[in-house]
Amino acid sequence: MSTPVMDKEERAAKAAADHLITATFRIRRFNPEISAEASWEDFRIEIDPKERVLDALHKIKWEVDGTLTFRRSCAHGICGSDAMRINGRNRLACKTLIKDLSPSKPISVEAIKGLTVLKDLIVDMDPFFQAYRDVMPFLVTSGNEPTRERHQTAEDRERFDDTTKCILCAACTSSCPVFWNDGQYFGPAAIVNAHRFIFDSRDEAAEQRLEILNDKDGVWRCRTTFNCTDACPRGIEVTKAIQEVKRALITRRF
Amino acid sequence: MKIHKYDTVIVGAGGAGMRAAIESTKRSRTAVLTKLYPTRSHTGAAQGGMAAALANVEEDNWEWHTFDTIKGGDYLVDQDAAEILAKEAIDSVLDLEKMGLPFNRTPDGTIDQRRFGGHSRNHGEAPVRRSCYAADRTGHMILQTLYQNCVKEGVEFYNEFYVLDLLLTEVDGVRKTAGVVAYELATGEIHIFRAKAVVFASGGSGKFFKVSSNAHTLTGDGQAAAYRRGLPLEDMEFFQFHPTGIWKMGILLTEGARGEGGILRNRDGERFMEKYAPVMKDLASRDVVSRAIYTEIRENRGCGADRDHVYLDLTHLPPEQLDAKLPDITEFARTYLGIEPYTDPIPIQPTAHYAMGGIPTNVQGEVLSDTSTPVPGLYAAGEVACVSVHGANRLGTNSLLDINVFGRRAGIAAAEYSATAEFVDLPEDPTRFVEDEVENLRDATGDERVFEIRKALQETMDKNVMVFRTEQTLKEAVEVIGELRKRFKSISVQDKGRRFNTDLLEALELGNLLDLAEVTAVSALARKESRGGHYREDFPTRDDVNFMRHTLAYREVGDDGAESIRLDYKPVVQTRYQPMERKY
Repeated sequence: MSTPVMDKEERAAKAAADHLITATFRIRRFNPEISAEASWEDFRIEIDPKERVLDALHKIKWEVDGTLTFRRSCAHGICGSDAMRINGRNRLACKTLIKDLSPSKPISVEAIKGLTVLKDLIVDMDPFFQAYRDVMPFLVTSGNEPTRERHQTAEDRERFDDTTKCILCAACTSSCPVFWNDGQYFGPAAIVNAHRFIFDSRDEAAEQRLEILNDKDGVWRCRTTFNCTDACPRGIEVTKAIQEVKRALITRRF
Repeated sequence: MKIHKYDTVIVGAGGAGMRAAIESTKRSRTAVLTKLYPTRSHTGAAQGGMAAALANVEEDNWEWHTFDTIKGGDYLVDQDAAEILAKEAIDSVLDLEKMGLPFNRTPDGTIDQRRFGGHSRNHGEAPVRRSCYAADRTGHMILQTLYQNCVKEGVEFYNEFYVLDLLLTEVDGVRKTAGVVAYELATGEIHIFRAKAVVFASGGSGKFFKVSSNAHTLTGDGQAAAYRRGLPLEDMEFFQFHPTGIWKMGILLTEGARGEGGILRNRDGERFMEKYAPVMKDLASRDVVSRAIYTEIRENRGCGADRDHVYLDLTHLPPEQLDAKLPDITEFARTYLGIEPYTDPIPIQPTAHYAMGGIPTNVQGEVLSDTSTPVPGLYAAGEVACVSVHGANRLGTNSLLDINVFGRRAGIAAAEYSATAEFVDLPEDPTRFVEDEVENLRDATGDERVFEIRKALQETMDKNVMVFRTEQTLKEAVEVIGELRKRFKSISVQDKGRRFNTDLLEALELGNLLDLAEVTAVSALARKESRGGHYREDFPTRDDVNFMRHTLAYREVGDDGAESIRLDYKPVVQTRYQPMERKY
């Protein structure tokens, strides 16, 4: 290795070290193999505040405590694996920078609420996906298929654009106070995915989906607290989508 | 231990796996085993589009697409397979639209198309609009649409089941597929899935590089399982570096950004691609653009204090266009770099992106145990496989196409095979390998740590096996990987539990990465020429006389238990296109 490269690496290491801060991560731990009770555990680490909370969790797992357990995959807000409650708010760990969390104070990290915690930050996602499956989240059409694509105007395509962005991370559903109190409620994410098809001009099953959501555990449970909209890491206007579904139920226009 | 029995088992629930599952479930009793929940797969991170010569917005045809694919792959593409890819592309896109995929639309309501690297009109005359897209979320929409249709078809998923071994049983001198062994993450339990047909669709291995667009979970699990069972891996030296990853982080910024008019610039503000590719400029193929970027950096025209990156400039494009066509990548720049792409250029560098190589298959998706013999009942599709439609360098938008065309083919072929085939007896002691592996790791008390070995592996791969390679760098990589493999034998994990033991999971994944990195470096060392994504500074030209052939790497175990890699080669299938010099 040549000298200039060494200089460069040393310079980079020094620059990085200058940016490091010491931050405390207060993590809600739970492992039923060890204890029936959950508890908070503090980890103090040195880290660049421009890094993600996910980077901090990795640093703790890899360098301090290998038993710390969480889901993650893409690390840039697309796969929806790492929704968690960070400083009391649902976010994706890979889309939240440490500097945006006032890291001079301890940063709390816990599993999302309303779904059973299985270990540390991992929850049972099956009820969440069941609610999704229950709203018929697929295109329904009748008659012979066209030989080419179905036509759709750009305006009709735009009508449901917002709700196509959903990554099924459960940040919205697990931020909803109605869902916390009653796990039978479909929850915002399932309604968002119903909306995506109800307002798709190509689809023919809007009436059926609306009937499903007219159920006692359907859209009428929504109390319009906007937690879901605040929580969505994709910027979907979740509450608005739910309101549009409610309106469609009254007017039967979609 | 639990034993399950299905006609067809699909390993992986990304684009290829779910496309296969939709076909297979209609025809046979099918289970999909997946390490992640289905919508977590990295197909969802693909952005720019899916190529198909629909000719919705300008003249185009599948023959031009075939040619571009072959030229893009620097003539290492099997031409019969490329023709199938380009022909079936059209129905693949239309099928997805009928399944509900919300493509962007033209003013007359048809699927909109845009330009992409290496895709041209009439054999290289000018860029052509061939990529069918949904903003910069095409992969996300494909993944969601396929999952939606899996729900509709009632596909049976085993979520968070990690497949660790492939079971083959010798019947009358022929090794046939008997099933797979999986580790259930939630419980630590080991499961045998007996199956007449198995389809590997478990994705790539891009996490053996440090600067990588790949998910943490892309650790080559399928390739490694096949390789351990003596099956070859094809063309592993060909790895694609995508030109525009976010500086230092590697997060993908779609080539669609350049398709929409984005320009690469060096520290002088120069549009340097004009020098390297006068016709296609910023839309030359990815290997060409990545080498150009590193040439600029080496010649001291890189940007920033360390001159170690270049800029992707979108500032001349109207904000409305960025919002409509590139909403996600502009948000990435804001979130991770604090940069406003309306007004400031984005620092980028090439990022490890895609394995052109993988488990060799024929065009039906059947896995080959040598240069031509299929393994009865074994299939592969998507990035895990090598058909080979990508040759030495994949064109952008051809991977979303590959997973749909060959995922569908593999799903149909596997189900049709299992409709008539009999179950094969399990091999003796079928779970022994997995049990040993898992228990040894759980009980190990060595002082090596997974993350340290992984970090050292990624660093040596970035330093020695990236865009520019020489005999010296590749030898260094092989040596370092060999040492890391020795150290790997002394690792231990801290989590000794059974429930969601992701500490153990990462150790198993690292074992796969080490195997595949070694195959990649050894295959690259033997290929003394430059072709597509494999560039040897000591052999800077393509050598069709000696190297117009696919590499096959086999794992050999000597009588003393010592492992080594044996390389073999097979010819490239050529139909109508003679190799030419590649210019853009």
